[in-house]
Amino acid sequence: MSVTFTLNGATEVVDADPATPLLYVLRDHLRLNGAKYGCGLGQCGACTVLVDDRPVFSCLLPLSATRGRRVRTVEGLGAPGRLGPVQAAFEAEQAAQCGYCIAGMIMRTQALLEQSNRPTEDEVRATLSPNLCRCGTHMRILRAVRRAAVAMGGGVRDAGEPAGPA
Amino acid sequence: MTGVLASRRSVLAGGALVVAFAMARASAGQTDAGTKLPGDLAKFPWLDSWIAVDGEGRVTVFTGKVELGQGIKTAFIQLAADELDVAPENITLVTADTARTPDEGVTAGSHSMQDSGAAIRNAAANVRLLLAQAAATRWGVPPSKVTTRAGAAHAPDGRTMGYGPLAASLSLHVAARPDAPLKSAGDRRVIGRNWPRIDIPAKLTGGQAYVHDMRPPGLLHARVARGPSDGTTLKPGDLEDVERLPGIVKVVRDGRFIAVVAEREWTAIIALRRLQAAGWERPGPALPARDLHAALRAAPSQALPVFDYPGRPAPAGSRRVAARYTRPYLMHGAIGPSCAVALWQDGTLTVWTHSQGVGPLRRSLADLLRVGPDKVRCIHVEGSGCYGHNGADDVAADAALAARAVPGHPVRLQWMREQEHGWEPLGPAMTVDLAAELDGSGHVAGWRYEMWSNEHNSRPVSAGGLLAGGEIDPPSPPQTSRPIPMPEGGADRNANPLYAFPNAQGVYHFIEAAPIRVSALRSLGAHMNVFAIESFMDELAQVAGADPVAFRLAHLQDERAKAAIARAAERFGWDSRPRGVGGRGCGFAFARYKNLAAYCAVALEVEVDRQTGRLRARRVVAAVDSGEAVNPDGLRNQIEGAIVQSLSWTTQEEAGFDALHRTSFDWSAYPILRFKDVPDSVEVEVIDRPGQPFLGAGEAGQGPTAAAIANAVADALGLRLRDMPLSPERMKSAIDA
Repeated sequence: MSVTFTLNGATEVVDADPATPLLYVLRDHLRLNGAKYGCGLGQCGACTVLVDDRPVFSCLLPLSATRGRRVRTVEGLGAPGRLGPVQAAFEAEQAAQCGYCIAGMIMRTQALLEQSNRPTEDEVRATLSPNLCRCGTHMRILRAVRRAAVAMGGGVRDAGEPAGPA
Repeated sequence: MTGVLASRRSVLAGGALVVAFAMARASAGQTDAGTKLPGDLAKFPWLDSWIAVDGEGRVTVFTGKVELGQGIKTAFIQLAADELDVAPENITLVTADTARTPDEGVTAGSHSMQDSGAAIRNAAANVRLLLAQAAATRWGVPPSKVTTRAGAAHAPDGRTMGYGPLAASLSLHVAARPDAPLKSAGDRRVIGRNWPRIDIPAKLTGGQAYVHDMRPPGLLHARVARGPSDGTTLKPGDLEDVERLPGIVKVVRDGRFIAVVAEREWTAIIALRRLQAAGWERPGPALPARDLHAALRAAPSQALPVFDYPGRPAPAGSRRVAARYTRPYLMHGAIGPSCAVALWQDGTLTVWTHSQGVGPLRRSLADLLRVGPDKVRCIHVEGSGCYGHNGADDVAADAALAARAVPGHPVRLQWMREQEHGWEPLGPAMTVDLAAELDGSGHVAGWRYEMWSNEHNSRPVSAGGLLAGGEIDPPSPPQTSRPIPMPEGGADRNANPLYAFPNAQGVYHFIEAAPIRVSALRSLGAHMNVFAIESFMDELAQVAGADPVAFRLAHLQDERAKAAIARAAERFGWDSRPRGVGGRGCGFAFARYKNLAAYCAVALEVEVDRQTGRLRARRVVAAVDSGEAVNPDGLRNQIEGAIVQSLSWTTQEEAGFDALHRTSFDWSAYPILRFKDVPDSVEVEVIDRPGQPFLGAGEAGQGPTAAAIANAVADALGLRLRDMPLSPERMKSAIDA
């Protein structure tokens, strides 16, 4: 049985059991590396991708639920030499150690900043909290989000700072 | 407590072996002049073990160490680039591969810079010297007149020749000399700079960055079937029924080892769930689920002296202070469960693995498969960060057994989340008893240290060190546990305080039998030993009525230690810190990792919600001295990570179990730090010492951070918490008591 969805702007037709989680479709059928298996339980966020601009745990979302929807992965944001703004911010801040969690972090950041490029620091921390990092790179990831927000025309507000345009 | 005491311990506990080993190494790497070659050049003195220059002038550097996300590849390239006078972009680095690189053992213990970094740096300086000499000979000028830059040699008269043609006339199969001149601090162009990590771009863009991402042609996917945790066994299910599922290539069975091989990864997982449905049992004795620490202290153990300094006894009238500290079992908790790719072809095995030690893994796999080590090749490919001995080696063995059943097909086997949680070796639980006497002037006059623990190392050196080794028929004999000797130590790592006390004794009660599978977790015993020592130093300072920082400085003689403490205190603003009132307080702690690696001092402020017991670190400041800093930002990244990771270990983590099995089977049952819990800020100040030897830093921050948290909590609440984790529940019950 085949399911058609949009992947990083291109149409994909995948012939697989519709119960297959999207993560395995991306990695095994479509040979993408960005989304990672971390827990299969929606507890760590390593598999985070965007579906219709919302961050989802691809380890939990069955292929059938992606029919006709827009799926985006870290591969769709840019490549070495032409990084997207969020990727470039992570590069500039050297915001990775082992990096296994980073694609998921980038996707969740992308979704947040597309929705609002002037989030508060607390909103950033709350938004990223579903995603785990074990190397302790959190402070750099927060700096990267801050840098990306500026690159996307906004900025991360400290507590009490007005939400209006800068 | 340095020098003399460390060597005393070496003699007391297994020291003879250490001395003999060190001498064998020294003689192997000894030069005619009698000077020891630096780092692992002493073990592998041939230049071509480390560096190759091809006819086009392209440079390849070989290391037996591996990238774990600590940025070691970039630092090695920086070293080679400066010493060779070659642009970093023109250097290819090959990491641990049993067919290509020196066997530098395990990448662990914060050793890579001093072992491999020092070797690469000096080998590169040797090669540059040979290239310059070859140019001098060719041009008939004195070697001292030849300069090198940008991958070429230059004569005073303007003649120039690239490294390629020069290298073509040379053999690098010559022994290194220990006195090849190194770049002075003023001549460094790449060393000492924040060179961007070479591994990061692929990690940001979905490039092939991990062994998990490998897809060689013909790849099959596998899963291994086990009980829910170590010590349990899976009941036999209907293997033939599972093998008949569509997409299943094979169910592999050898004794109790069971794996399923499939065309698709999801199919392998569905089959695994069927295999697990048969249930499990625990054949061995029950786990000490109640009062773990009392059970460990009561277990048969061997008392090993760690240090013994029988100096002046404490004067009459000294005040005695005593305390007991504990740490539970901790998980490594890699975000990506362990994975390996294996290929069995023509009677030989190739394994792509994120093991920290490809050499020991190769020998262990050869033992497991009952073939010669020459039939096994292990190639390191990055994995999810490991923080010590996790499932990396075990999964390589699982993949190897699965691959042997489907010759010619590469097999990728990854553990499931609950398998990593259930089977990885845990960081051991520990108890420390401390007692000290304070003399009339408030100085420590006597110090007694006792610690109970399993040893912190069960890394595989034979099939018996691998899970699969105990499952195949016939099973391989299990490895025996032996303490890691001082000065590095295992459970007793950093049990020996750096402070100068007039008399001091330390004993390690080595418990050989482990109720739960344990092994090396980043910093080994240092996390707990520094937690205990540095908590106790604060307790003593309080009894003495002294400032915690001044109290430490008054007991230290090591000038670099004092400098690191002073730098952290100054940057934090220790003297003008907000005094502990209500729920906020500040803490300080210090250690020199292993008493021979990096110095690290940590000052931090915490806030405790008295209603919930929840702790949050506000501001953290650390100062680190790791000798010459090759990549200061990389060093800061390591220390930041150590601080945040230790904050998680120390305040949240405890691997649970009942009588039958581990109960921490996923991130809900073993929570770790999330973004909502991270500090407001973490600042790391690097004390760079150009020209000084590299001092390993990757594990320097965990111990000081743990104690600084406990000290800050004591400052905030007036309550001393001595049992990790300093969880909201513990905090709340202490507040309410």
